[in-house]
Amino acid sequence: MGNGALWVDSDNGIISRDIFVSDAIYTEELKKVFGRAWLFVGHESQIPKPYDFFVSRMGAESVIMTRDKTGQIHVFLNTCRHRGMKVCRYDQGNTRVFTCPYHAWSFSVDGNLTSAPGGLAGVPQYKAIYHDELDKSQWGLIPVAKLCNYKGGVWATWDRNAPEFEAYLGGMKIYLDAVMDHRDGRPGGSEIIGGIQKWKVPSNWKFGAENFIGDLYHITSHRSVDMVSIGPSGAGRRDAPVVRREGGKRPPPFVSVGFPNHGHGLIGALPHYEEADYVPQFTLTPEVEQYYEHIYHARVANLGKQKRVLAAVGTIFPNLSFHGMQPRALFTWHPNGPREMEIWKWYLVDADAPAAVKDVLRRYYLRYAGPAGLTEQDDMENWNYATAASAGQEAGRYPYNYQMGLGYEQPAPDLDNAVYTTAVTEQNQRILYHRWAQYMSAPEGGSLHPDANANLGEILARRRT
Amino acid sequence: MNTREASLEALLRQRDVEAFYYHEAELLDERRYEEWLDLLAEDIVYFMPLRRNVQYGSQDRAENTREGLDAAWFDEGKQTLTQRVRQIRTGIHWAEEPLSRVRHLITNVRISDTSPEDAGDREIEAKSNFLVYRNRIDDETDIFAGQRTDRLRHENGGWKVAKRVILLDQSTLLAKNLTFFF
Repeated sequence: MGNGALWVDSDNGIISRDIFVSDAIYTEELKKVFGRAWLFVGHESQIPKPYDFFVSRMGAESVIMTRDKTGQIHVFLNTCRHRGMKVCRYDQGNTRVFTCPYHAWSFSVDGNLTSAPGGLAGVPQYKAIYHDELDKSQWGLIPVAKLCNYKGGVWATWDRNAPEFEAYLGGMKIYLDAVMDHRDGRPGGSEIIGGIQKWKVPSNWKFGAENFIGDLYHITSHRSVDMVSIGPSGAGRRDAPVVRREGGKRPPPFVSVGFPNHGHGLIGALPHYEEADYVPQFTLTPEVEQYYEHIYHARVANLGKQKRVLAAVGTIFPNLSFHGMQPRALFTWHPNGPREMEIWKWYLVDADAPAAVKDVLRRYYLRYAGPAGLTEQDDMENWNYATAASAGQEAGRYPYNYQMGLGYEQPAPDLDNAVYTTAVTEQNQRILYHRWAQYMSAPEGGSLHPDANANLGEILARRRT
Repeated sequence: MNTREASLEALLRQRDVEAFYYHEAELLDERRYEEWLDLLAEDIVYFMPLRRNVQYGSQDRAENTREGLDAAWFDEGKQTLTQRVRQIRTGIHWAEEPLSRVRHLITNVRISDTSPEDAGDREIEAKSNFLVYRNRIDDETDIFAGQRTDRLRHENGGWKVAKRVILLDQSTLLAKNLTFFF
C-alpha cells in the first residue's frame, strides 16, 4: 500500500482493475483521499434558517450541516463523542439541540456539549456521576478542519493542511462559477429543488467520477434515449439541434479541459469574451422559452466583455460531479465499500426563476437524470457490470486502457495550469487518476498542494504535436 | 337499495377493481406495455415522491416530497411514460436489455367513492399495496414494497388510471435504477 503508481500509470494510460474492487485499496482510499480532499457537503439553501440542519456524508461517514443562530454554517461528524451513536437520524429539520438517544449527551448546533443552567442538558447527571470533573469543552461534536461556502455550495475537508478551497479549485473555479451562477450571469443565485435523490449502485464510486470528468465516448450507451427524444425542445436527450444563422456568433467548440495539478476536469467551452447568439431551447413551452430569451439579454448586459466559459459536465476531485447546463445538477459519488456507491443528486435552478420555469426544468431533470431518468439508467448498468468484471482473477491481470488522446494535450489558453484536447479523449480520466494516485502515495502530512504538483509540466513534456 | 343490495354492490365493485388490477399487473409482467398504456387516462399524473426521515410530528408536511414542486422518483404524465415504453422497445436500452423479470403482487385493495354514482365521469379512489419483484441478468434481485393511491375513472365500460401516487417504502433507494412500472 501507499504507492499509487503501482496501480496508475497515467504516463502510458494504463490503470489497474484493482482500484475498482480491492478492499485494501478502498480502506486506504477512505483515509488518504476522502480524509484529505475537499468534499461537497450540501447547499446553503437547504438550511435557510437558524437551527436548520441537513444530514450529509463525507466519504463513507455521516455528517451534520447546521446553521447556528448567528447564521454561521457548521459541519460535524454525526457521532456522539461518548459512545458513538448517531446524534441525528433525520435527513433534515430544525432543532436547538442534538440529543444522543443512547445516554442523552446533548450538543448545540455549533457542536458544543450544551451547558444550560441547572446542568440538565449536555451531560446528564454531570455533577452527580462525573463529579463536575469532565471538561465539556473537549467533548463536543467533531468539526471538519476547514469549511467553505462557495456561492451557496458548502464544502469541507478533514485535513487542516489542505490548501484553501479556492487554491484547491485552481483554474476550475470559472467552470464551477458557470454551474453555480445565475443563468443571467450574476454570481450565485441558484437554489436546490427540494429533495435529494439518494440511491445505491453496485459500482465503485470512481466509475461515476471518471464518467463525468469527460467521457464523451460513451455516446452509444445513450442512443436509445436519443431515439425517444426527451429534450426540452422535443429532440434528442438534451438541447435542440443548434441552427445558427449565417455569420452569427458561435460559442467556442466543446473540448475536454483538465487541470493536471488539481485533478479536476470538464467538457465545455474554453474562455471567451462575448456571448454567442441566442438559441431557443424550450420551444415546447413558450413561457419558458420567453423567460430564457429574456435571461439571455440580461446575461449579455451583465457580463459585457467579461471572461466566461460553458461547463457541460465535469468532476471536481475526488467525487463531486456536475451537469452545468442541462439538466443542471450537482452530485456526489459516496464510497460504500469498493463495490458499491451511494449517489446523491442535488438539482439546481435559479432561485428567482418563475414557478412555471422551475416546473418545466424539474420535470425535464427527472425524466433525464437519476435512477428513473431515461438517460442515466443506462450509465448505472455500465458501471455495475464494469465493477463486477474488475474483480476477475484472470481479468485482473489485464489493466484498463486510458490511452485515448495521450500525448495530444495542449496548453489551454487563458486558463491557469490547464490543458485541453478535443472533446472526445481520456485526458481528464488520466488527470483524475494521476491525482488520485498522488493522494494514495503521499504520506500523512505530505504536501498535496496543487502548486507542488508537476503533472502539468510532465503532460506537456510528452506532447506529440 | 336495501343493505343487502348495497353490500352486493360494494362486493361487485371490489371484485371489479381487483380484476382490473390483476389484469394491469399481468400486462406489465408479460411486458405488454402498449396495452398497459391503454389503461392510463390521457391526463394521468404518475407521481412517486422521495421519502425522508423526519422528526415525529413533522411527517405530514416533510416526510414526502411534494407533487408538482420537489424532486421525486417520478412526477410525470402519459407522454413520458410512453417514452419509457418506446425506449425499452428500442432493444438498445441497456438497463433493460436483456429485459428484467418483473412480477407485481397487488393486495389490500381498499376503495372509497370520490364522485356520485350518477356522475358523468365516474371516479373512485382505490388504494392498494404492492410487492414488486425484479430479477435481471444472473443474480440481481430487487424487492419493492409500498402503496399505490389511484384515482380510477370509468370510461367506455372500463377503468382508466387517472392518477397514481406511489409511496415506496424506502428512503435511500436500494436499487440502481427504476426501469419498470409500479
